[in-house]
Amino acid sequence: MSAATATGAKPVKPKKQPTYMKDGRPRSVASIVVMIVLALLWTIPTLGLLVTSFRPREDAATSGWWSAILNPFGAGWTLENYGGVLQGQDMAAGLLNSIVVAVPATILPIMFAAFAAYAFTFLEFPGRDTLFVVIVAVMVVPIQVAFQPMLDLLGPNGIGISGQFVAVWLLHTGFGMPLCLYTLRNYMSTLPTSVVESAKIDGASHYQTFWRLVAPMSMPAIAAFATLQFLWVWNDLLIAKLFLNPSNTTIIVQLQQLLGTQGQGEELVQAGAFISIIIPVLVFFALQRFFVRGLTSGAVKG
Amino acid sequence: MTAAVAAPPGATRGGSPARPLRMLIGIVGVAVVAWLTINLFLSVAWFPGVYFHSRPLMAVVGMIAGLGGAALLFYFANIFVESLPQRLAQGLIPYVFLLPAFGMITLMLLYPTVQTVNYSFANNDSTQYVGLANYSAIFRSEEFWLSITNNLLWLLIVPAVTVAIGVAVALFADRLSTQGEKVAKSFIFLPMAISFVGAATIWRLVYNLDADTGLLNAIITGFGGEAQDWLRFSTARLNSLLMMVILIWLQVGFAMILLSGAIKGVPEETLEAARLDGANERQIFFRVVIPQIRGTILTVFITVLILVLKVFDIVYVLTNGQARSNVIANMFFQELFTAQRAGQASAIVVVLLVLVLPVLFYQVRTFRQENR
Repeated sequence: MSAATATGAKPVKPKKQPTYMKDGRPRSVASIVVMIVLALLWTIPTLGLLVTSFRPREDAATSGWWSAILNPFGAGWTLENYGGVLQGQDMAAGLLNSIVVAVPATILPIMFAAFAAYAFTFLEFPGRDTLFVVIVAVMVVPIQVAFQPMLDLLGPNGIGISGQFVAVWLLHTGFGMPLCLYTLRNYMSTLPTSVVESAKIDGASHYQTFWRLVAPMSMPAIAAFATLQFLWVWNDLLIAKLFLNPSNTTIIVQLQQLLGTQGQGEELVQAGAFISIIIPVLVFFALQRFFVRGLTSGAVKG
Repeated sequence: MTAAVAAPPGATRGGSPARPLRMLIGIVGVAVVAWLTINLFLSVAWFPGVYFHSRPLMAVVGMIAGLGGAALLFYFANIFVESLPQRLAQGLIPYVFLLPAFGMITLMLLYPTVQTVNYSFANNDSTQYVGLANYSAIFRSEEFWLSITNNLLWLLIVPAVTVAIGVAVALFADRLSTQGEKVAKSFIFLPMAISFVGAATIWRLVYNLDADTGLLNAIITGFGGEAQDWLRFSTARLNSLLMMVILIWLQVGFAMILLSGAIKGVPEETLEAARLDGANERQIFFRVVIPQIRGTILTVFITVLILVLKVFDIVYVLTNGQARSNVIANMFFQELFTAQRAGQASAIVVVLLVLVLPVLFYQVRTFRQENR
């Protein structure tokens, strides 16, 4: 915020002649004002969560979170809510479960999809276009179609892994596969084919070409997909709710259950929400560079 | 795992170009690796005691089994294929690379789709066919038509508004200094990382019916209005609209990233040419910029559209479909788990599937055109 307001403070004085930015473009006061307003609008709800999560129960139940901001020294602050949800609501376990679910489920689809994307990009074979059309089509299919058949298949009447982490890894791997394949294939098709051809002339097998050349070169797209898939898996409610035992359940499901509990203090709910949000936000900002590049260059075709 | 690692030395020992041996190594390798990987995964599910009930250990084992298993599987498959006559090998290798990915897609998306259509004609235990009874039941249900109408509202409003705000944000951000643009954009796309449940929690503070703690009610009473229970305020579907705000709040960041990239890609010369011809900023935007970023606008629109069709979490958490706010995906959930009517639940998914079909055909057509 400070940077945006700093740029916004200067150009207010001169009205007629526009000032210029470092790169020589005229400074647009209107744009600065609009963006500050939008940034505020987009941030205020989250700010409410952050503030409420640090307020004592009495205060949160009787006054708005903004009153604590307007009078920060008169208001009470506490860390108790975090202790309350982590231990009392067992969210520490949920947090661990979320990590145990999300990390493998992010990584597992990549290897399978990468080999398939390599075949789609660099190999000629009958049925190639038809098979890729299947991928494009399947990306649109709602995952709800899978619930009942997969509950039968993975449940006690099937192979009996429903409720365990493995079931959720498997499902997220399957559901993430079409998008992963699509993203990697689009990115790989921007790589120079001459590299692959020269490797072939040197006598490298496709397996070697994939490992030594194509996989390392595709890292930006892999990172972009991994970010997306991590967010998706971490933030998923349905699959975790249906396919995990209560003891294995993720923090998102716990938060949903906390929300459904009548008379639960808002300050506890908000503290729980903050804990569930902070890891994906950190991952997102850490990998944002890859993510934006992956999205804008080839990962999704414009 | 250990047995699989022990196999490659066998490959080097038999290093002679004797192809039948390599073929055998390939086949045995594939079989052993597949068997071990599957059993390792099943052991995590069936015998957590083996892993001392340690979740991190299970996660590590899962990743090693998955990644190592996949790498070795492709390795041995490659050995097998290369032992074949060259022409056969060249023809076969693409399918070998595709097989695991397509196996998963078939198992988890194609087979269930067929099965769900099948279940939609069967009773609640899926033991007997009941013809069209499930469909006639849902088509006669008022809740179903209410959900369909709500879904249509979501479809009409959310993607369009998201794209419009996304374009506006991208446009204004583009005129800031480089640093200012970066900072301003971070604020807009922070919600992208937040779950639907988390977002619902956040916005509950805004829509809270208590005028002391709910932001919206505090503002309205501040102006002399009357506090409302917004999420139960069904007149003019206001509660649905308020929940749409949450989804838009979440998705604008995504729209902005793609559209900003597209706007920056518009060649400066085309803008210059329009300016020389005396076009004003508004004309330049609608006649020059918009046509050039049309493709990206459609991509964003379709992506949000697909998301909106399946919208579930926000409605489930905030109203559970009460106060006339139900949507298809939530109704499916209610039928399958609360009412235990698997047949009707399947029929609802089939309706959802049919609703998705036009988007599906459009996507496939666009793909075909791009790759001609």
